Amino acid sequence: MLNVGLQHFLVVGALLFSLGLLTVATRRNAVGVLMGVELILNGANVNFVAFNHYVTGGVSGQVFALFVIVLAAAEAAVGLAIVLAIFQTFRSIDVRHADTMRE
Amino acid sequence: MARKLFTWVVMAALVVIFVGVIGAQVMRGAVLPADAGLGPLTIRDVLFYFFAALTVGGAGGVAFSRNILYSALGLLAALMGAGSLYVFLSADFLAITQLLVYIGGVLVLILFAVMLTNRITEVNISNASLGLGGGAALLVATVPVLVFVATVTPWAANASPGLAPTTREIGNAFLTRWLLPFELASLVLLATLIGAVVIARKELKADEPDPAAAR
Repeated sequence: MLNVGLQHFLVVGALLFSLGLLTVATRRNAVGVLMGVELILNGANVNFVAFNHYVTGGVSGQVFALFVIVLAAAEAAVGLAIVLAIFQTFRSIDVRHADTMRE
Repeated sequence: MARKLFTWVVMAALVVIFVGVIGAQVMRGAVLPADAGLGPLTIRDVLFYFFAALTVGGAGGVAFSRNILYSALGLLAALMGAGSLYVFLSADFLAITQLLVYIGGVLVLILFAVMLTNRITEVNISNASLGLGGGAALLVATVPVLVFVATVTPWAANASPGLAPTTREIGNAFLTRWLLPFELASLVLLATLIGAVVIARKELKADEPDPAAAR
């Protein structure tokens, strides 16, 4: 049980996902929420690569993880641009303040 | 001041260790000797537990830190730890990609956003959280379920599959089977590039003088 196997990686992925979910659910800072999203995506990625290595073989899981990384980078860029726009409009990035669609 | 310096030295040492481990793996194209070890644990296991602790500890820092900058540092640790876990899973290319894209790109972007939008010295404003009760309930609801499923399910897993370099296979897969998603990903990145610039640029009101013209 001490020797590293598939389960160990799955547990690490599960912990990453849960802590990311916690961050998304509890943060009021929009940048903090985005950090939580990155954690969730990384947890999913660890699972993809672990299953790819231990169960399926080949590289399909790694290819999918690479797509996840690409989309996470795109999400971070657009998300942070939106955060900056919200900051310019509301002078705050508390997600509770951004509750209208206009100034 | 000394404490800050110490923190930076520790972070730099972590980065050097991380790059060194990955570099050694890539150079050798194989794993560390699996039979040498400390008691029941092999060196590989010890390294795994170290990096897993780094990952989960960093994620905990993101979730629980009071200061948004420390959250960003925790995210750095978590991303580096996850990247080094990829090395154990025979995903060398993915590990390097994680280092380049996440730590070189996304994390720098996040730090920029933190600096541009926050009064960092006011700790309580910078990273307020919605209360520990709901968060604790969420953790209790998700962690045991996920860990239970991960450990109890009888996965059809190979006990110890070998490690092999994957860059060539990934390149082949991208340009044959996954060609369409690959090209779509480049389109998405282009759209993201334009969209991020359009959204983040400062809008000039009609009645405001153009600062460029005033200069």
